[in-house]
Amino acid sequence: MTSINQTGRRQEWRRVFDRIMKGLVILAVVIAVIPLVLVVWDVVAQGLPAITLNFFTHNPPSPCSTGQIASGSAMCWGGILNGIEGSFLMVGMATLIAVPVGVGAGIYFSEWPESRLSFLSSFTNDVLAEFPTITIGLFIFVLIVETTRTFSAVAGATSLAIIMLPIVARTTEESLKLVPTTLREASMALGIPRWKTIFRIVISTGRSGLATGILLAIARAAGETAPLVVTAGYLNFPPTGLFQPTASIPYIIYNFGTGGDYANWTTTAWGAALALVVFMLILNLSVKLFIGRKFAGVRAEI
Amino acid sequence: MTALPKEKRSSGSKGDLVLKAVVGAAAVGVIAILVGLGVELTSGSWLSIKTFGLGFITGSTWNPPRDIFNVFPFILGTLITSALALLFGLPIGLGVAIFLSERAGRARGLGAALGSLVELLAAVPSVIYGLWGLLVLVPFMREYVEPTLKTYLGFTQLFNAAPFGLDLLTAGVVLTIMIIPTISAVSRDVLNAVPNSQREAMYSLGATDWEVTRKAVLPYARSGIFGATILGLGRAVGETMAVTFVVGNATAIPTSLISPGYTLTSLIVNQFGTTTDPLSDAALVEVGLVLFMLALVINFFARVLVWRMTRSTKFRV
Repeated sequence: MTSINQTGRRQEWRRVFDRIMKGLVILAVVIAVIPLVLVVWDVVAQGLPAITLNFFTHNPPSPCSTGQIASGSAMCWGGILNGIEGSFLMVGMATLIAVPVGVGAGIYFSEWPESRLSFLSSFTNDVLAEFPTITIGLFIFVLIVETTRTFSAVAGATSLAIIMLPIVARTTEESLKLVPTTLREASMALGIPRWKTIFRIVISTGRSGLATGILLAIARAAGETAPLVVTAGYLNFPPTGLFQPTASIPYIIYNFGTGGDYANWTTTAWGAALALVVFMLILNLSVKLFIGRKFAGVRAEI
Repeated sequence: MTALPKEKRSSGSKGDLVLKAVVGAAAVGVIAILVGLGVELTSGSWLSIKTFGLGFITGSTWNPPRDIFNVFPFILGTLITSALALLFGLPIGLGVAIFLSERAGRARGLGAALGSLVELLAAVPSVIYGLWGLLVLVPFMREYVEPTLKTYLGFTQLFNAAPFGLDLLTAGVVLTIMIIPTISAVSRDVLNAVPNSQREAMYSLGATDWEVTRKAVLPYARSGIFGATILGLGRAVGETMAVTFVVGNATAIPTSLISPGYTLTSLIVNQFGTTTDPLSDAALVEVGLVLFMLALVINFFARVLVWRMTRSTKFRV
């Protein structure tokens, strides 16, 4: 009889333990979400005061003491114009390099999956996607900056392109693989050659996935800082050429955020952070508009 | 899947060959980049490799004016901050993954929303975590967390220092936030790849939800979760900007978790451009080479583990 009693108690304990573990799992989710809420809250709250029209049309300010700021000296107010122009220039150039190569590699991974090259390259691509971006920056530093003897937009854009490439290639592969085989077979059965099938049928069916990959890659590149520190450097003016140091929004956040006790520098950094977050939000929303549920898995990959 | 008939139609074969050559070249390009990374980092750091030999990674003096560049303290800093991040991040990330794959099916609305919020964590650029870490988290750690730790755990060497805020512990916390989405997203994919028959068999024996997860799902997914953890480690080791803001940037060997330190990545960013002498440039590039090799080993193993779990099942849909 005691055994029945023990069994009952064990059953009870199993149920309680189940509840406890479920509670802990939910607690983990809550803990994971808290930092996001805090970060977004602080960026908005601290960044909003910096955002005026001038913020987008002026270069960053000189350091000011609290007295100078209080007196309303004009040189204490500034913006992130040089960063906006530099970021657009470098991310734009990087996109022009990374998209053709990445889409090409993605087509190869998806359409010739059995080949040895496909396996090797696709594996390399995954490794590259997780690589510390600072090492990619140093690679370009040795390759371009040390050769041309100057930090430049070209060097910065090349390093960003290498960061974007694996993302574009992977999302291209995944979205092309989602195109039903029957579509390819139908096209081939009509006597349309394979290359035309790939261009007209496969790619045009998978294009929303392609667009998603490109937008995600742009979002990633726009927020990269470390490689730009060793390749693009910084200039307090908008870029006038491709072979000169070039500012970027993330670099401004780094430079002015660690700029010591000047309140107007800190404000500039928070404002730049808010601008960057809003830009990311717009890109992410566009991704949501482009993709249906079937591409949800593609996002998690990155 | 994409197994198309091997025999090509003669009319299309020329265009096919051209396309295959062009996109094949792009695939070769991906491999060339990785090879180029290794080659250029080695050639760029040759001067430093010749000068310091193995002493570069075993010695602990970093003295630019006297041209001595050894990085052992920074390797230590990278290992400590990454270990802290895994210690905090693994249970949380795995919990999120279990929530998303095992329970969110039933929890509608809220579950999905929380899931995509965690994914958004990965979309925030690291420089913003750095800014937030420096201006919000550091004062909080200095004023509240670290004095408490010192009071109750100060008898251990780990917390026996003046609370400073800019230190290894704070860097570990920031890294934790950044690796949670990596661990949870990859683990979730791995858990989703566990066949449902595993779960059903366990349920049919009368198991509770947690027992199914613990005994039928997690053991099956073990190697994939291990891979996800190593991917998280890779992210922590390579993370640069966020750490640079908060780690304190001190070149000495750290004496406790709440003393300022340096990591390999933050060393590069912080010391870059402070001198223009070729040896210090080469030394910083060699730090990059050390990171390159670390990342290569870590990512290789992680990918092999994750691939074995997810590749075979992923495209069966």
